Amino acid sequence: MTEYAVVVIGGGPAGLAAAIKAWDSGAESVLVLERDTVLGGILNQCIHNGFGLTRFKESLTGPEYAWRFIEEVKKRGIEVWTDTTVLSIDKEKRVFAINSERGVFSIYAKSIILAMGCRERSKGALNIAGSRPSGLFSAGTAQKYVNVKGWLPGREVVILGSGDIGLIMARRMTLEGAKVRAVCEIMPYSSGLKRNIVQCLDDFDIPLYLSHTIVEIEGRDRVSGVVIAKVDENRKPIKGTEKRFSCDTVLFSVGLIPENELTAQAGIKLSSQTKGAVVDQNRETEIEGVFACGNVLHVHDLVDFVSEEAEIAGKSAADYANGVRGEKDCVECVAGESVGYVLPQLIDRKGGENVKLYFRVRKPIRDGEIRLESGGVTIFSKRKKIFTPGEMESIIIKKEDLAKFDSKSVLSVIGG
Amino acid sequence: MRKRIICTECPLGCEVEVELTNGEVSNVIGNGCIRGKIYATNETLSPKRMVTTTMRTDNGVMVPVKTSIPVDKTLVFDVIKLINKSTVKLPIKIGQILIKDVIDGVDIISTACLE
Ligand SMILES: Cc1cc2nc3c(=O)[nH]c(=O)nc-3n(C[C@H](O)[C@H](O)[C@H](O)COP(=O)(O)OP(=O)(O)OC[C@H]3O[C@@H](n4cnc5c(N)ncnc54)[C@H](O)[C@@H]3O)c2cc1C
Ligand code: SF4
Repeated sequence: MTEYAVVVIGGGPAGLAAAIKAWDSGAESVLVLERDTVLGGILNQCIHNGFGLTRFKESLTGPEYAWRFIEEVKKRGIEVWTDTTVLSIDKEKRVFAINSERGVFSIYAKSIILAMGCRERSKGALNIAGSRPSGLFSAGTAQKYVNVKGWLPGREVVILGSGDIGLIMARRMTLEGAKVRAVCEIMPYSSGLKRNIVQCLDDFDIPLYLSHTIVEIEGRDRVSGVVIAKVDENRKPIKGTEKRFSCDTVLFSVGLIPENELTAQAGIKLSSQTKGAVVDQNRETEIEGVFACGNVLHVHDLVDFVSEEAEIAGKSAADYANGVRGEKDCVECVAGESVGYVLPQLIDRKGGENVKLYFRVRKPIRDGEIRLESGGVTIFSKRKKIFTPGEMESIIIKKEDLAKFDSKSVLSVIGG
Repeated sequence: MRKRIICTECPLGCEVEVELTNGEVSNVIGNGCIRGKIYATNETLSPKRMVTTTMRTDNGVMVPVKTSIPVDKTLVFDVIKLINKSTVKLPIKIGQILIKDVIDGVDIISTACLE
């Protein structure tokens, strides 16, 4: 069987950055497997700008950001097989895949990097009254239609969900001549960036209904309208607050979920909070030599951090393949008060390097204290003016402090 | 005249109030820092936006494009109309100028390579 030092599954920004770093860290051979015809992943359809502000200090569009990494891949001896779908992986680190040239085939890898990205949640659509007429799309699918295929899915639009993809699509459809009647958000706040609320909604006088949801979709063959209603604290619609909008299209932007079928099948433990693999700071999963990074691990809002995380995984994968790695001593790190998740979930006390801990808060908090405690000792504490669930936060744990981690540590944000 | 502007320069999102006297900014309040003052002044006097959209190529596929510089907010729809009226020939290189001077010295630039 063919053997590679490092096999990367997925050629989006995570897979590309991981492959480059693995190569630069001395991996003998690196292979990227991508199911699409082109590299770049979701970035190919994200034609708006705002990417790369942290990494390149420039506001790039999605395709431009991807291009910088594709160019770097080309400069190296990294092999790329596109139009190749990975079907499964196993504990022996065999990768089973399919493409038209080779049919179904398998490859043995010393290290595997999982970088399959995420897909959109569609559940939000399930509990709404009415039949299922055409004209219902997830926002990401609509984005692909408009930006890649050049086809406008509808003329009068209502959007459910005010995350960034929903906001970006409100502007995009408007620019192409559609009328966006309303954006409806079940929470009392939007999880989207402020900049997107201003530039995608306010610029075009598109109303944002917070604490509202769609209660009915009208129309038999094609959507003809929706009814929205205000919700109470328990997110239950309040009778008498209904409003009707006529529209031929409804976009759902109700969140992303890591694409982990391969991971789960291989028997790798997933976190119920992130829906991605449980990893240590090297992004190593439960199976030795299998690493994960990018949106398949936890949903990122900024691609800059995807690249950063992917480089950690790329380096670790190369080190593992080259046999340069010491023993591990992992302890748990969990989400405490107001924190939705912490990543990595495991801290290797023998890691020997500073550790960047990523986390998200569960609700907006003003003037909060980030506190990391272990065995009654505060390892880290810092105040910050504002926290929002839409923005991933991070803190750096100094390598000297790794020894202070007890069997279980808790990261909290204490409000007020 | 007073205008309320939400500063988008950082996640704090301060509500900044700009006071205009005879078309000039006479006072800015509510900004948490200097960046907010600059932002709110620009947003009041001449709001500008980068335009990103797609343009049709001669074989029907779309190529993503952007304006070379931010354009006046009021001209955004005009720029889109002009782009939608044109088609470009393949192949296209990233960074290539696809329409020179589409409006007021603004060029339309490709943001991807297409064979
Ligand atoms: C609609 C949208 C808008 C965004 N806007 C912004 C923004 O404005 N600014 C910003 O910084 N970030 C933004 N982001 C976030 C950022 O783009 C993503 O976090 C980033 O692209 C994730 O990279 P990834 O490589 O993990 O996943 P992806 O880009 O999804 O790449 C995963 C790749 O894996 C491939 N794949 C999956 N399964 C298999 C398999 N079994 N076999 C082979 N290949 C497989 C897929 O085809 C895909 O190419 C946005 C994200 C989305 C979805
Ligand atoms: S004014 Fe300063 S502190 Fe306030 S949102 Fe703008 S940049 Fe942030």
